[in-house]
Amino acid sequence: MTRYILRRLWYMFITLFIIASVSFFLMKLLPGSPLNAEDKLSEQQKTIILEKYGLNDPVPVQYVKYLGGLVQGDLGISFAFDNTPVTDILADRIGPSAIIGFQALIVGTLLGILLGLTASIFRNGPLDYSSTIIAVLGTSIPSFVFAGLLQYLLAVKWGLLPVALWGEFKHTILPTIALAIHPMATAARFTRTEMVEVLHSNYITTARAKGVNESGIIWKHGLRNALIPLVTVTGPMAVSLMTGSLVIEQIFAIPGIGEQFVKSVMVNDYPTIMGTTLMFAFLFVGIILVIDLLYGLIDPRIRLAGGNK
Amino acid sequence: MSKLLEVKDLKVSFNTYNGEVQAVRGVSFDLNKGETLAIVGESGSGKSVTSMALMQLLASAGFIKDGQILLEGEDLVKKSNKEMQKIRGKDISMVFQDPMSSLNPTMKIGNQIMEGLIKHQNMSRDQAKKRALELLHQVGIPQPEVRINQYPHQFSGGMRQRVVIAIALACNPKVLIADEPTTALDVTIQAQILELMKDIQKEIDSAIIFITHDLGVVANVADRVAVMYAGKIVEIGTVDDIFYNPKHPYTWGLLGSMPTLDSTDEELYAIPGSPPDMLKPPVGDAFAPRNEFALEIDTQMEPPMFKVSDTHYAATWLLHEDAPKINPPESVMQRMQGFANTGRKDGDK
Repeated sequence: MTRYILRRLWYMFITLFIIASVSFFLMKLLPGSPLNAEDKLSEQQKTIILEKYGLNDPVPVQYVKYLGGLVQGDLGISFAFDNTPVTDILADRIGPSAIIGFQALIVGTLLGILLGLTASIFRNGPLDYSSTIIAVLGTSIPSFVFAGLLQYLLAVKWGLLPVALWGEFKHTILPTIALAIHPMATAARFTRTEMVEVLHSNYITTARAKGVNESGIIWKHGLRNALIPLVTVTGPMAVSLMTGSLVIEQIFAIPGIGEQFVKSVMVNDYPTIMGTTLMFAFLFVGIILVIDLLYGLIDPRIRLAGGNK
Repeated sequence: MSKLLEVKDLKVSFNTYNGEVQAVRGVSFDLNKGETLAIVGESGSGKSVTSMALMQLLASAGFIKDGQILLEGEDLVKKSNKEMQKIRGKDISMVFQDPMSSLNPTMKIGNQIMEGLIKHQNMSRDQAKKRALELLHQVGIPQPEVRINQYPHQFSGGMRQRVVIAIALACNPKVLIADEPTTALDVTIQAQILELMKDIQKEIDSAIIFITHDLGVVANVADRVAVMYAGKIVEIGTVDDIFYNPKHPYTWGLLGSMPTLDSTDEELYAIPGSPPDMLKPPVGDAFAPRNEFALEIDTQMEPPMFKVSDTHYAATWLLHEDAPKINPPESVMQRMQGFANTGRKDGDK
């Protein structure tokens, strides 16, 4: 097992290296420079600034310098945000995004599983159809529509929760719900399809032939097998949720990472762009590793295929 | 003799988009304690449906239209699902065809065996585990202490079928239904599993309903044989009755199409045509269109069960006193001769 994890960590390292390199050069291809907007600066001032940040060096030199810093955990200093180290910006901004994303992931998947489960048990009944409708609406309507509705109804009209801003737990509720709708719909669809298939499989008949009752069939024999494919989609979903949703963060005025990322791209803030990209990539491969290990917990067949023992 | 199980005029249908498919059309048989009854027939003859009906585990579109299933006098057809849950696995249990898919892939073997014990016999986990180890030993799985904590994918097909048998036997059922338990296995493994089932039957004295299309297997394991065609039993009798003195042309066809050791260069006999569409069961004898000995009346009226002897019944007009005397075709006669010479039990060593 340890060997397997070590090997995976090594792959992870290589993946991150490739991502860092590719995005570095892609970023350099972006039109303009960090000084685009600064019309008031004289040529001389510009040269001094470019010199200071090492932007006059040939791109390969910059690349090597950047990698050097990266190895030491130094992501550079932001051009745009008051010369703050990028690591500080990220540390500052990831918190709110991660909290909302995590809450949305938990709430969304759990509700989705319950919804899908109900649909599969009462297949082709009214409960099934309503859950399918919820799932379709949830997948097809963008989250900002829900966000607006939630704000209008729960905050403006009934005054139950704050409209926006960041601070206490109550501020997280509306954005969490708005973000949770999509994972809920996805989880519901997957759970239903898989569960219907699992309930028709031979080992369920075996369990029934043993005299196992309906709740045992569903919870003990069915659900665990039905959840295996869901784990696969949960990984990427978790990353995209936890790395922040630009739209939701804008609507609820949350100081999250998504908002930050877009700003930094607009002003060619190279170190921030790189830092955020790398953090996303790191979270992504990290969560995929976690998911792969989780697979082993749920599905014993994969535990062996993973190459331990 | 005490009748353990009596099935009376069982009719099972399936609702489909095209209408009602009559899969089983009035099947009656009985089963004595400790006896093995083989139900044979080709695909779609209703033998598996009959067994699922006995378990009350028909797919949702299927329903028991009529008839009784009396287990020690109690009608299972009238039982609710809750009541059936107490009977399944305890009084009647089942071994399925495909061991590769009939075990839960995410549950340890031990837990799958213990489940029934804990439920039906109120055992503690420790007691159930002890019994599970015994069962694994009994079905011939080496190193039960190790195997009990393993998952199905760590077992071969034959070993899995042994586990399935252990699950079915856990509560010493009165009736064990085996639905083609050897079909999905290698021939060498087939023989082992059959031996195992015979040994275990001697030990715990269950009655077995053995569903198969393999007549070699029938000769090996069964005491009595019921031949099914188009949702009905067309001939029923002891193994000797069926193999030495078959009366129904369909049974002749089945016996004729069975390869034996001495059938080498001759072409294997095949029954012409295919079974009828059970959406619209034919008038008269369902086998008539494929029967070279069909009589005029076969197309008009269904034959009743004619008694051949106390143990032997067949549903064919050929047994009517007015019917012409017809002998089985030459090839079948040779076969019967062959069975007699080799001492009947084709599969025996």
